[in-house]
Amino acid sequence: MKIEGKVWRYGDNIDTDVIIPARYLNTFDPAELAKHCMVDIDETFAANVKAGDVMVGGKNFGCGSSREHAPVAIKASGIPVVIAASFARIFYRNGINIGLPLLEIGDDVEKISADDVLRIDTSTGTIENLTTGDTFHAHPLPGFVQEIASAGGLINYIKTKK
Amino acid sequence: MAMTMSEKILARHAGLESVEAGQLVICDLDLVMANDVTGPPSIKEFEKIGRPVFDAEKIALIPDHFQPAKDIKSADLAKIMRDFARKNKIAHYYEQGRVGIEHVILPEFGVVAPGMLIIGADSHTCTYGAVNAFSTGVGTTDLAVGLATGKAWFKVPEAVNVRLTGKKPKNICGKDVILTLIGKIGVDGALYKSLEFTGEGVAELSMTDRLTISNMAIEAGAKAGVFPFDKAAEMYVARRVKKPFQPVAADEDAKYCSTVEINLSELKPVVALPHLPENVKPVDSLGEIKINQVVIGSCTNGRLEDLGIAAGILRGRKVHPDVRCIIIPGSQEIYKEAVHCHWIDIFIDAGCVVSCPTCGPCLGGYMGILSAGERCVSTTNRNFRGRMGHVDSEVYLASPFVAAASAITGKISTPEEVL
Repeated sequence: MKIEGKVWRYGDNIDTDVIIPARYLNTFDPAELAKHCMVDIDETFAANVKAGDVMVGGKNFGCGSSREHAPVAIKASGIPVVIAASFARIFYRNGINIGLPLLEIGDDVEKISADDVLRIDTSTGTIENLTTGDTFHAHPLPGFVQEIASAGGLINYIKTKK
Repeated sequence: MAMTMSEKILARHAGLESVEAGQLVICDLDLVMANDVTGPPSIKEFEKIGRPVFDAEKIALIPDHFQPAKDIKSADLAKIMRDFARKNKIAHYYEQGRVGIEHVILPEFGVVAPGMLIIGADSHTCTYGAVNAFSTGVGTTDLAVGLATGKAWFKVPEAVNVRLTGKKPKNICGKDVILTLIGKIGVDGALYKSLEFTGEGVAELSMTDRLTISNMAIEAGAKAGVFPFDKAAEMYVARRVKKPFQPVAADEDAKYCSTVEINLSELKPVVALPHLPENVKPVDSLGEIKINQVVIGSCTNGRLEDLGIAAGILRGRKVHPDVRCIIIPGSQEIYKEAVHCHWIDIFIDAGCVVSCPTCGPCLGGYMGILSAGERCVSTTNRNFRGRMGHVDSEVYLASPFVAAASAITGKISTPEEVL
């Protein structure tokens, strides 16, 4: 998948409670969750995010709860890919499992700022920062985890294995 | 090949002689667990797969987060799970009045046992490491696939050796151990890794201490927090687990990616300041921090021993006039035992609220939500921004010793300040 989009930039340790606060967890409707995505740290996000925009965080992105509602809310907001220095483990699995590509690029994330425009090829993990001219490469997914991502998520992958 | 406890459990469940850190394996699961927040979306994903449940005896569905239902939508979630549990004859589904907090009741009922491999759609599933199981939190989709196939994929984690030494001082409990550890290594200090506890200090820790410690392994980013199977663990499971089980021990020359030493005798009562569990400071270094609320309960510290600690401090004393103190037993059994011990009398006489078992306030669900600018000392596990209510409220994580003492003084206090 090739993507070109504007950056929503967040810091280190973005937890699942700020991605989607528990007070909205009495539903699992993606569109409803998207309305409240990031609200506790960025009230402008849900109203202004455009389909194809990209979310970029620092280290340990998605730490905290196992709620898959968090990557679901991000995906339903129109974000096709999240980039971070590192991801919390459960969030990372959940992203792959629901077909939301997650690219881990370590300290290179410091070279991406809010409102930069990125061109991303999720199949190769190549990220071009069109604003600054920098190019980065994400760590590749290991073994059959790449097959899960390529199938568009774990449910699709399991169905093909019947 | 020498293996850690985590490696041995994963190897056994992958049908392999041995595994090593970094290896991808597909494992058979002994238990698949979800709650009323994560269960209903998992059921929806499960139905897309179009297979029956893999084994109704190996599934636990626990309505504890927003139950007894806090609103209509939460009642709808409970109903989805209840209907699914009945239709599929799920062995470990418990209704209100018989249920408690998932990570309190599953060890208490003997559903989790040493050597088991468990996934749960709840990040604190790592709690069962205390009974020598490898258990870890997953999301909705992993859980759905677990329900259908009884399998999950794992990347075998590197292990951090947490070596415990020394004697545990008075008024210190498992919460101080795990907060001190997270303060040392940070909220991503064990990212993608398992914590494995070793050393003679393990014997100093009660099973309640260990359940608290394993519970918060995730707060250091860890996949699991596994304790060895010793005399205390053996006595704990002997009374509860009714089926055969196979504990694991780490090989003496098992490979660890790093070692962290904690000398229990040097521990002081600590709190984690807002808004990360790694912001750990000794209580006696804080100065005066006034508080509005105290919560004693949760999957971290809602066990009988925790309530006993609180009762010991609150006995004959009163909650500060500016403080609301909410006490939540983790299970019906614990609630009943606390009644028998007359601890509930002590709590009510002191001016506390006593609730039925629920996760409630820990995740900002209900039963103690904070207003803007309010501060809470809580025995729960997370102090993220907005976790317990308004985005401008604050949560200070602490042991039941510190929480109960603070309820009396109206400020964050050591137990020594009131005893």
